[in-house]
Amino acid sequence: MTTKTVESLREKHDLILTYWISQREMADDFGGNFNSSDDLKAQSSELLEIVLKTITPENITDPYSPDLQPLFDYISGLTISRAKQGFSPRETATYIFSLKDALLRALGEIITDDTQELYRTTLEVSKFVDNIGITSFETFIKGREEVILSQADEMAELSTPVIKVWDGIIAMPIIGTLDSARTQVVMENLLQGIVDSESSIAILDISGVPAVDSLVAQHLIKTVNAIRLLGADCVISGIRPEIAQTVVHLGIDLSKMVTKATLASALKYSLTTLQLEVRRVQKDKSN
Amino acid sequence: MTTNIREQLSIRQERDLIICRNRVKEAAVKIGMGIVNQTKLITAVSELARNMLIYGGGGNVLLETVTRGREQGVQIVFEDKGPGIADINKAMQDGFTTGKSMGMGLPGARRLVSEFFIESTVGIGTTVKIIKWKNG
Repeated sequence: MTTKTVESLREKHDLILTYWISQREMADDFGGNFNSSDDLKAQSSELLEIVLKTITPENITDPYSPDLQPLFDYISGLTISRAKQGFSPRETATYIFSLKDALLRALGEIITDDTQELYRTTLEVSKFVDNIGITSFETFIKGREEVILSQADEMAELSTPVIKVWDGIIAMPIIGTLDSARTQVVMENLLQGIVDSESSIAILDISGVPAVDSLVAQHLIKTVNAIRLLGADCVISGIRPEIAQTVVHLGIDLSKMVTKATLASALKYSLTTLQLEVRRVQKDKSN
Repeated sequence: MTTNIREQLSIRQERDLIICRNRVKEAAVKIGMGIVNQTKLITAVSELARNMLIYGGGGNVLLETVTRGREQGVQIVFEDKGPGIADINKAMQDGFTTGKSMGMGLPGARRLVSEFFIESTVGIGTTVKIIKWKNG
């Protein structure tokens, strides 16, 4: 693209805007894309102005050029605000790509004598607008990824509650896979829970853990060792029969730990350790 | 041997392990494998897939259901292009590890499945093939 073409495009700002808006208004998806023609006009005018201001004969072929940054920032902002208004990525992308039609139509009016030049410039403009569309998509995906990451964090927090079951006894049910990051959260919460509640026994229930492999076992052993350092005891409960067989075949020695099949038996063991007893009370009916 | 389910999975990060385990479980349930064998198979898959991720830098998993005679089973091939294992005999011993783990992954996985084949060339990669028969 030549400097002259760029200048001519800038001069034709209003015309391009008219082309763009009339094309948008006629499109099938217009209703879903904007609340009113005024909205469309205001936003399109702003976007077109930035595009025309940013575009130069050099950066049109270089998508990584630093002078395109303001344009990309604007596109990101536009994408986010449209996403918040409930537009789908397709609607936003269609809107951005429709700018191409208007720009190409204006180009056809500017370059009238040299078909080779028109072809070359068309390709360049086309790639440029595609690149803007890609930026919009990237913003969408980045937004989604941030949501997923924060949800993963929240889940790790939520799914490891410390429950006080008795004076001096706390329990923590683990649901889901026990990976390294999760173990860290489990260990921190459990150790803090022991200190806060001045408990002497912690029950770690793994009924909800789908598979106990050597890494999970290693994490369990480390957690138990850390609990012992605090002067408390740890009971692992919820070992299902199939898990017991698997752990034995795997060759992992968990015999140094206190393990129980159910949470109920772990609680019973804990109460016995604390020299407590649960009894049925005979109601005195004489009065 | 005839094949029914055939699925290719890629292990690139920790959460792929969960997907891999779930797919294997689905296949095992589909052929009617009992809960004990299911758990053994899933645990073995977990070990081998994690090995591949930690030592081999990730790789591919091919999951198939196979039939031999009247017996049905699940076959899984783990393939990575990692550094390979220098001494397989040593790696298959209980408690041997080049990392910080317990060294139970490979020998443990071998005890959990019906058939276990390992092949490794230093600098080229490692392939592990396991089969767990429905009643094996």
